[in-house]
Amino acid sequence: MANGRACKGDGVTPFSVLVEVTLRPDVADPQGATIERSLPALGFGEVTGVRVGKAIRFTVEAADETAARTRVEELCRRFLTNPVIEDATITLAPGTLEPGTLGPGTLGPGTLGPGTLGPGA
Amino acid sequence: MKVGVVVFPGSNCEHDVAEAVTLLGGDPELVWHGDRSLGDVDAVVLPGGFAHGDYLRPGAIARFSPVMGAVVEFANAGGPVVGICNGFQVLTEAGLLPGALQKNRGLKFLCTTVAVRVETTQSALTSRATAGAVLRLPINHFEGNYTCSPDVLAQLRADDQIVLRYLDNPNGSVDDIAGICSAGRNVCGLMPHPERACDTLLGSEDGRPLLKSLLGARLAGDVRLGDGGRLNASPVTTRRPA
Repeated sequence: MANGRACKGDGVTPFSVLVEVTLRPDVADPQGATIERSLPALGFGEVTGVRVGKAIRFTVEAADETAARTRVEELCRRFLTNPVIEDATITLAPGTLEPGTLGPGTLGPGTLGPGTLGPGA
Repeated sequence: MKVGVVVFPGSNCEHDVAEAVTLLGGDPELVWHGDRSLGDVDAVVLPGGFAHGDYLRPGAIARFSPVMGAVVEFANAGGPVVGICNGFQVLTEAGLLPGALQKNRGLKFLCTTVAVRVETTQSALTSRATAGAVLRLPINHFEGNYTCSPDVLAQLRADDQIVLRYLDNPNGSVDDIAGICSAGRNVCGLMPHPERACDTLLGSEDGRPLLKSLLGARLAGDVRLGDGGRLNASPVTTRRPA
């Protein structure tokens, strides 16, 4: 370890991470509501429940998946989300993946279930 | 009365604040966000703008600017701190004020003049204002929609921490909140810009009582949060004439 960071050669491996930041369910989402209101005019009236968030991708080096998830959860709590209004959904996979290849759709349910970080978690 | 005005990369109201402070007899001092000390200032203003480009969330990165350690220390020691607009957002991100500011209801950037009512005079921002007075102040923001949990809102109401309310809510803020103060009443945040309402040439002088309050906010005896003291624990007097 150097400067508190895990470095290559310390027995750590890279994990690809996808953090999805969304407004908490009880917080009004004006962007989502605006998109949803426009859908019937485009012929997509069957689409409901639109919520807008942001996706943040990065690589973290850690000893194992549990350690990686713990670090990412702390990062989400302290910086990537405002826990007053936002939740984070974290998806992790070992290795360094091409951008865009990591996401809920690429991981089977139960293999790497996304962890949801709620307020105060 | 020296007022430190913190300048982040992307701040754009620091000179307006400095001008207004000078007009009211104070001595403004611009403090770069990279400084780790506030020097010997008597009060601090976090001005409006787009600190660090508002990237990630407004205030999210400014919160980690080197100067913020000194701002938190100053606030925790009972020093008067006011965050205006983007400065309010920084204070909530830094945890110096509860709640958060999200995108305006209606998704419009608002640039207009609004009427706000002074709800309490027990704060560093309103000690020289009149309770119940209606002030006309400019707003310029996209993310000024104050939100907090029901528990926090109940606490704000119970402890008289809502200092300004909109008469005609422009942005969807919960309970028409335009400004709040901390439990210690020395840290205040508001979305309207009092510094742009200090001269009739600019359309309103209604910002003056708010900034005059800040200039007079240092108490005789320096009531400290750590002593369990509150700004409303004793009559407000100026340490030096403002």
